[in-house]
Amino acid sequence: MSTKIKIDPITRIEGHLAIEAVIDDGEVKEAKSAGTLFRGFEIILKGRDPRDANRITQRICGVCPTSHATASALCLDEAFGLTDKIPDNAKLIRSLILGANFLQSHILHFYHLAALDYVDAVGAVGELSPFIPRYEGDYRVSGQANAELVNHYIKALDIRRKCQEMLSIFGGKMPHNVGIVPGGVTEKPTEDKITNFLWRLNEIRDFVDNIYIPDIISVAKAYGDYFTIGKGCQRLVAYGGFDLPDGRLFKPGVISEKLELEQFAGENITEDVKHSWYADSTSGKNPAQGQTKPQPDKKQAYSFLKSPRYKGRVCELGPLARMVSNYVQGDVKVKELVDSVLTQFDAGADVLFSVLGRHAARALEAKFVADAMADWLQALKPQEPTIVESEISENVEGAGLTEAPRGSVGHWISTKDKKIDRYQVITPTAWNASPKDDKDQPGAIEQAIIGTKVRDKDNPFELVRIVRAFDPCLACSVHLLDAGENELGVFRVV
Amino acid sequence: MATKKYPVVWLQGSGCTGCSVSVLNAVSPKIQNLLLDELVPGQQLNLIFHATIMAGQGEPVVEVLKDTEKNRKGGYILVVEGAVPTAENGIYGSIGEKDGRHLTIQQSVEDLGKNALLVIALGTCATFGGIPSARPNPTLCKGVKAIFNEKEIKTPVVNIPGCPVHPDWFVGTVSAVLFSGVDALELDDLARPKLFYGSLIHENCPRRADFDKGKFAEKLGDPGCLYKLGCKGHYTYADCPLRQWNNGLNWCVKAGSPCLGCVEPEFPDGTSPMYEKITFEELK
Repeated sequence: MSTKIKIDPITRIEGHLAIEAVIDDGEVKEAKSAGTLFRGFEIILKGRDPRDANRITQRICGVCPTSHATASALCLDEAFGLTDKIPDNAKLIRSLILGANFLQSHILHFYHLAALDYVDAVGAVGELSPFIPRYEGDYRVSGQANAELVNHYIKALDIRRKCQEMLSIFGGKMPHNVGIVPGGVTEKPTEDKITNFLWRLNEIRDFVDNIYIPDIISVAKAYGDYFTIGKGCQRLVAYGGFDLPDGRLFKPGVISEKLELEQFAGENITEDVKHSWYADSTSGKNPAQGQTKPQPDKKQAYSFLKSPRYKGRVCELGPLARMVSNYVQGDVKVKELVDSVLTQFDAGADVLFSVLGRHAARALEAKFVADAMADWLQALKPQEPTIVESEISENVEGAGLTEAPRGSVGHWISTKDKKIDRYQVITPTAWNASPKDDKDQPGAIEQAIIGTKVRDKDNPFELVRIVRAFDPCLACSVHLLDAGENELGVFRVV
Repeated sequence: MATKKYPVVWLQGSGCTGCSVSVLNAVSPKIQNLLLDELVPGQQLNLIFHATIMAGQGEPVVEVLKDTEKNRKGGYILVVEGAVPTAENGIYGSIGEKDGRHLTIQQSVEDLGKNALLVIALGTCATFGGIPSARPNPTLCKGVKAIFNEKEIKTPVVNIPGCPVHPDWFVGTVSAVLFSGVDALELDDLARPKLFYGSLIHENCPRRADFDKGKFAEKLGDPGCLYKLGCKGHYTYADCPLRQWNNGLNWCVKAGSPCLGCVEPEFPDGTSPMYEKITFEELK
């Protein structure tokens, strides 16, 4: 028999999201993912000084504000004609700021958002808030190994805080750094700051190498079936990111399930709104021409997220996409890291499309970025400039495409009379948690849920583990609908 | 003697979770102390609802809200992070599902606010509306006090603005309440604790000597007072220059960025353009 289950809210993610799905014979037949908060940033930005976008868009997300600061700065650099003039020091410092936030976000995601689905905190510390209420029945690590993971949850609180402290050396403060601006950065890389940053980074790298990655491996050993759960759409997109004096750390690419590479081009992105609470007249546009007209009473709609698509196709973004993109483009370090984990599990690259594949890619990416950051610090030149002067130009356009911890992020601007005329943002979670598009193709998380076998409807671990592995950046709810009729009993998830 | 525990419900409205992330950055006490230990001798917080960190999800956590509202009247602290969207009956923001319907942020703030011992409006969105309430305020976002005034809710509200809030401002305010009671807390006319918002940025700014000498930065990255680059420190009440951010490592003006005035009710409309000089008179 079909059952409708609702989980609302899904916690331990950033923001507000809802997912609806249909269970029949123990298997998910249909799923809906819905963002339940609308703030209207693009509407608020219209008419403002373009430079203010760099500060305001960070407030989209307090977990990954630096990604928006970066995307916005790249977008304004282009609009003001500065892209080719950004000093090397500025590229390196922007990347160090962004990298520091990748580290805090990845560590926060695994230990404080995702881990409680796998680690038995109550078994280690007792029945305390915020560890209860919770799902029961599928905690597979116990005793000393479990206690150690819970200790690492606590230790990781210190380490993620230190990532933010490290960031503030060049960013001024976190959340919402002030250091990244159009034209470069405001801080100077003096020798004392470089050393201060380096020794903080060393402690964090030690944690990533000797605690975070080994913990991912031990969780993967206990939950091996999650290498086959949550496969998803199996098409990956990375815009590429971390602009350095000699190119980008992450390479742009579109990758198929057989790991074939296709060139990425921003003009192939469109956003559908058939199932989103926005006016239908705004559907199918490239973000450079995009519009945001809310219509919360629209009938077939179920989300405040639009549906971004690449050449009309559903895609997944995030650490998995980035690592695979570099992997297929011959990045030696990435290949070494990914292959070392695959060898441990005697598995082929196909297992990467899974819940555990996403967690592993994220942990390995933390190491890849952290190791690179040490090199960037060495490349800084204390006496040289970090910023070029910028002037607001009239009637110009710009695009800023980069990477956020949870996937690619893009900003698009056009100005009129030195004010913002149009500003559009596509967040990575808009891709991953998107509702169905105009062709009724389900979004990436929806596809990852569909087909999943749910063992216990009272405790649908499978579903929340799938959703959280994407590291969605909005607070969400998962609704599981009845497969057949509309009149089915609603099964409340406990 | 038994520890006195104060249940804390932490609601996230129209915001970015940045204030939660900032409170995770608390140094002494650390976040793990806030969550698990006595904050002051004999008294501790008991965080029973916080969407970003609690283990549970779905109906059981909505039950926690229902139970708190009904059975813990006058005994819990409500923390509100994020503004309250009020357009179209609050439909632009919901935090879960209750009795088969969207549980809007507005509804939860009102229901839980009514019966709380104390409400802490955390961050500029929750205090004054902040970024989501910026022109043209598409979702009609308001701060908690504005909602309480409209609905005649009498529960005391302490405002702790900031975009985001500094962790010390939150921890310090809660400590003051636990030590001395909410009535002893000295607030300014915007309901902010004077302990943290008692003096102008400009009074304690390390670039104050440059201002006095008329040495002004003409472009970002220059030494000198940042007044001509839009610094709002002459108008903004906060202790950032003394306390600094992220374990005392840095803060906006030290990093070469003008103060954005993020703790003031005029943020961001009245304090924009952010990188243009705005005189005190223009701000008023």
